[in-house]
Amino acid sequence: MGMEIKRTIKYEADRVRGFAQEIMSVSGCEQLKSCIQCGTCSGTCPLSIYMDFSPRQVMALVRADFKNEVLRSKTVWLCASCYACTVECPRQIRITDIMYALKQRAIREGVYPKRFPIPILAKEFSKMVRSKGRITETLLVMRLFLRANWRAVFRSWRLGLGLIRTGRFVARHERIERREELARMLDAAANGNGAISAPGRRS
Amino acid sequence: MKYSYFPGCSLKGLGRAYEESLLRVMRHLGAELEELEDWNCCGATAYMSVDETQAGVLAARNLALAERAGSHDLLTPCSACYLVLNKTQHNLADFPDVRERIHRALQSAQLAYTGRTRVRHPLDILVHDVGLDVIKEKVVRPLTGLKVAPYYGCQVVRPYSTFDDAWNPTTMDRLLATLGAEVVHFPLKTKCCGGSLTGTVPEAGLRMCYILLKEAVRRGADVIAVICPLCQFNLDAYHDQIDRRWGPTRIATVYFTQLMGLAFGFSPRELGLHRNFIPMKEVTAKAANA
Repeated sequence: MGMEIKRTIKYEADRVRGFAQEIMSVSGCEQLKSCIQCGTCSGTCPLSIYMDFSPRQVMALVRADFKNEVLRSKTVWLCASCYACTVECPRQIRITDIMYALKQRAIREGVYPKRFPIPILAKEFSKMVRSKGRITETLLVMRLFLRANWRAVFRSWRLGLGLIRTGRFVARHERIERREELARMLDAAANGNGAISAPGRRS
Repeated sequence: MKYSYFPGCSLKGLGRAYEESLLRVMRHLGAELEELEDWNCCGATAYMSVDETQAGVLAARNLALAERAGSHDLLTPCSACYLVLNKTQHNLADFPDVRERIHRALQSAQLAYTGRTRVRHPLDILVHDVGLDVIKEKVVRPLTGLKVAPYYGCQVVRPYSTFDDAWNPTTMDRLLATLGAEVVHFPLKTKCCGGSLTGTVPEAGLRMCYILLKEAVRRGADVIAVICPLCQFNLDAYHDQIDRRWGPTRIATVYFTQLMGLAFGFSPRELGLHRNFIPMKEVTAKAANA
């Protein structure tokens, strides 16, 4: 029985030519080209210990066109947007914004890690904002649980009771008056942007 | 002093004690807040993960409504709102393509935005507009003997803050000292609490909260003071799960505005302190005895 070995670095053939250029053309992401791979981002990131690729590796993978690897990674979704890396980067690379560009791309192409609750939360959140104009946190969390992990409802019963006891549980949707105006604006932003438009059409 | 007030969704929900205490304290100091008419969700981190332009439009609608209301300063207590609104200001100024797309969306609703609104955090307004000397005059029950760990979290100080340092902010430290409290040295004051990861990936999110709670206890703090509704919720509501995983770290987490209110003589209930999971008995008792 031979020992199974696996190549840990990528093949040239795994590259998707042009991906780096596409990400670097997003406003705010231009500086990626000047990354010196120093690793300050990974060192300062409070979540890098949980990531499949460290932030430094993500910067290298994006720049080398390894699109599928980064878009399917958990790393971009574990980024909690604390902006520590962005503030510390000696090359002024807006790493948090690059993570956002990757998240948007992964959602648009539907390639985020399946059953991972973070992208599901992002999608449910944006749907609620589009239809109501505001977020009702307790209702959002219940929707997330139904979509991602219904067992979590039982694990969190104490939390729910606590919220009711402390008068923080809101069961009625918060909403704005001019919801049509907001929907019109979001549609206008979607035109020519290739992004998500009115509710229902894409989710 | 008059300000437009952008509460954000959380201050009407999980973070309503922040609104309750903020409004009382500001009124007590003679600052007038007018809630922005028909404000919408800022989009937070979640919408920005889905679509950057639409997230910018959500923020810009609020900025435009504030400008139309004729108010230059938009008081924004939630850290996520503060970051997103400020980020949109920067994007509008720095990137012509973003500006063009957002302006087109605003036009579709007969709105316009010229960039006059200033997004400001209550800490900034309290320390720089109202002033610590005025605040000190209002203190009737100094928080003498109360040891407070000042926890700022991430998104108010990074990367767009106009009023304090990204790693070692001191505005709240000075404010708490003015109330008579003993401010504990707390080097984790700007380490991320995990945000929504407490709910989505508890293995990571809850441990980040545990680290903060444990450190505050180890530094001898009686209470943690926060400036963000998500930080407050994370550090207050998950103690049963955190205790079960890593052992007890029982310490209350309150809004800095609640501590101000106590020092000004308001009752715990008027300040929404009854909404805490971890009760405030020790804190309010110390404040009352002082």
